[in-house]
Amino acid sequence: MTLLIQYTLIFASVLILVALGGCFAEHSGVINLGLEGVMVMGALGGALTMKAMAGAPAALIVLVVLLTAALSGLIYTILLGVACINFKADQTLVGTAMNILSTAAATVIVKAVNMAENPDNVSSTVQYMESKRAFIVRMGRFEFNWFMLVAFVALVISFILLYKTRFGLRLMACGENPQAADSVGINVYVMRWSGVLISGFLGGIGGIVYITAGVSEWKFETGVAGFGFLALAVMIFGQWKPINIGLAALLFGLFRALSNVYSGFDWLAALNIPGTIYNMMPYLISLLVLAFTSRNSRAPKAEGIPYDKGSR
Amino acid sequence: MKKRLTILKHEGVQSTLAALFCILVGLFIGFLVLLAINPSGAVEAILTIIKNFFNYPSAAAAKKYLGNTLVKTAPLLMCALSINFCYKVGLFNIGTAGQYVVGAGASLYAALALKLSWPVCVLFAIVAGGVWGAIVGFLKAYANVNEVISGIMLNWIGLYLVNMLLSGVKEQSSPYTTAISSVNGSALLPSLGLDKLFSNNKYVTVAIPLSVIIAILVWVVMNMTKFGYELKATGFNKAAAKYAGMNEKRNTVLTLMIGGAFAGLGAAFLYLTGYEQWATTQSSVPAMGFNGIAATFLGGLNPIGTIFSSYFIQHITSGGSYLDKGVYPSQISDLISAIIIYLCGFVLFFKYVLNRSLAVKKGGVKK
Repeated sequence: MTLLIQYTLIFASVLILVALGGCFAEHSGVINLGLEGVMVMGALGGALTMKAMAGAPAALIVLVVLLTAALSGLIYTILLGVACINFKADQTLVGTAMNILSTAAATVIVKAVNMAENPDNVSSTVQYMESKRAFIVRMGRFEFNWFMLVAFVALVISFILLYKTRFGLRLMACGENPQAADSVGINVYVMRWSGVLISGFLGGIGGIVYITAGVSEWKFETGVAGFGFLALAVMIFGQWKPINIGLAALLFGLFRALSNVYSGFDWLAALNIPGTIYNMMPYLISLLVLAFTSRNSRAPKAEGIPYDKGSR
Repeated sequence: MKKRLTILKHEGVQSTLAALFCILVGLFIGFLVLLAINPSGAVEAILTIIKNFFNYPSAAAAKKYLGNTLVKTAPLLMCALSINFCYKVGLFNIGTAGQYVVGAGASLYAALALKLSWPVCVLFAIVAGGVWGAIVGFLKAYANVNEVISGIMLNWIGLYLVNMLLSGVKEQSSPYTTAISSVNGSALLPSLGLDKLFSNNKYVTVAIPLSVIIAILVWVVMNMTKFGYELKATGFNKAAAKYAGMNEKRNTVLTLMIGGAFAGLGAAFLYLTGYEQWATTQSSVPAMGFNGIAATFLGGLNPIGTIFSSYFIQHITSGGSYLDKGVYPSQISDLISAIIIYLCGFVLFFKYVLNRSLAVKKGGVKK
């Protein structure tokens, strides 16, 4: 049971971070379908840092890894910003391109790094067993992970930032009615860029949390297995509101955690359901949830529409 | 000068120019990455990718491997058509990858477990892909679910289902499904003598000409029929289409169903040649559906253009596998295709700027 709670919390942390990222981008008016790719890039930056820092003091590892993962994600979303804000490109197309690009790029980079170390090692796997310990604090049978705290803090800050500050209200105005926002002197382009970069920052952290959640090495050829899209489902289910996103993430995290730990429960193991079903579960649940909640969606009104100063 | 300007105004010319531009930039960035990994062999490596089957010195071998590239172009073209068709109706069918997966699962199950003949296996693939697409369409039309997100979810559900389904017909000692030729030869697509043209490459089948014919048919349906017009109108403005008496919900479901059927058929075109066996331990969705996105946009969203762009994408993907694996990762090709898709996002802007500057020039002449 402790294990189930632990995995639920860590997967929920991933979903919270990435869904909040999506939430900031969409409130500014840009749909970031490239979050999956942003996660891969964050994971790549974080994993390579962890590998390089093996043996360093724990606190330093935590800080530097968080920072590199966040920055990798942030830099990667520049691709989205340039194309979709400045060049008014199709946001779905660019997001998709970013997802495909990230897996290909990460595989190429990791393979090149591995081959430089050892010409016989042509795998796309990065190991970070040793540094991973820096993030974990044992509390009896429960393994507390610093990332859980990071996700919680991100949730609180997001709530305050969105609803209690001038920046947040202006950001949301740009996603609802950019023309009106512009007419009262808000620079829509700056706001949209902020939303997109924040989504990259949070998505990048989400990526490193995801790949360190259950394992100590990651094969980058697999990307992040649709988790970026699960996060978007969480965001929609959470109606683009931070608190609801937090609750939705817990629910989805539970189903994702079940696939890791179902064999530890006697009554679940007795049901003899093949493991594949549990693997499928998060995707199936999100499809069902979306089917029932999307009709009355509270999506930002102007999301997905490039802002053109001249149009009315 | 004036004549050159009018040529530039032509939609097809603009698309071709834009595609060539994307390809050149994509290859150039790929080259830079190769340079960064190992400068000494970079020139040779990028040439290897571009040359693909020409890497073989003998003409017979080159022809045989041209055949292999074509064998994989057929499913890619079908996936690209699936995305193209849906995109024209305003739907981004990223679920093509999953529709392709269930098509592969259904056709292989029909061939290996049910021991049916090839036309029935193909039908299984079409129906499976169609159903998978229709789910996305149904959710979009009646529950307002974003088709990109539901498509991705169904990709993964499909992958796990197919792995489960096909683990009953796999080889004892490996995760791969048994070879069709050893169990049920009647499920293999007929080659109608086409294999002779490619140095007896037995994987070259009717799939290749069929996929080209379907591409032409899609063009005809979209541009010359009332049905195509209705679909395009739905994509352009849902409310207007509804007002004009078109059933926009039905059109959405129908479009994704047809798109799914294309992708399913594409999978049958590959797996029923025996060229590839399905690995039941696959943990990622096959890249075919995603490469289809590259082919669609590189082809300027035109089914005929897509024939050429599909070939090009498959050409460099196959070319990547000839790289010296001890020095360069073969995923460089995927990287190049991904960059090409990204650049395609700028194409509309490129056309807009071009048309505007042409319009300005024209105005200048009048003065």
